[in-house]
Amino acid sequence: MSTVMESKVRIQREDFSVTDEIEAMKKVSRNIGGIVVFLGTGREMSKGQNITKLSFEHYPKMAEKKLEELRLKAIDDYKIIDMSIIHRIGEIDIGENIVLIVAAGEHRKEAFSACEWAITELKRTTPIWKSETTSTGEVWVQDTP
Amino acid sequence: MITLKYFASLRSIAGKDEESLDLGNETTVQKLSEILAKTTPQIGEMIQGKKILVAVNQDVATLDTVIHDGDEVAFLPPFSGGSK
Repeated sequence: MSTVMESKVRIQREDFSVTDEIEAMKKVSRNIGGIVVFLGTGREMSKGQNITKLSFEHYPKMAEKKLEELRLKAIDDYKIIDMSIIHRIGEIDIGENIVLIVAAGEHRKEAFSACEWAITELKRTTPIWKSETTSTGEVWVQDTP
Repeated sequence: MITLKYFASLRSIAGKDEESLDLGNETTVQKLSEILAKTTPQIGEMIQGKKILVAVNQDVATLDTVIHDGDEVAFLPPFSGGSK
């Protein structure tokens, strides 16, 4: 069973519980009226090929720092109450959890906007890399500069 | 000494994940890229062509960024975290 740690931004090998993370967020404030969750999972097909293995690597310290910057900017710019971001690293099986963003606002509108912005920005600015292994070998995915 | 770190696809291009270089008390990303252009030309070209990012002490740098003795310089290929 996974445990919800105090930090709102985590990069970890182990899986997380979406339910536990939502419950933890609900405890942040009694003013939360809407929670939007983005969950990224391991997809089997990529560019027409079957993926047999997915693996994620990060730049320790810088990746955590970028995620915290992103979280604070989301809270500030979109006027949400809080946000948590968890990204897994290491080998991940097809269908497994990869990344979770939980955005909580007083109302749904700002929570939806903040959540979409955060996942797009995460891919653009956080030093995390994905490798995909198919029958033709292992490649580092670099299609999101 | 400065520490150079290579991530993801750059690790196989450089043939290592980390190395130490003695470049005196102070240099710049530009000068470092010129030195690397001689030892690992592909990496040097990618820095100068802005195909990869350079981070100095975990902050994104430019070619003018000054590197001091003891700094950590990381070479970062385009990111691909998250999920489409």
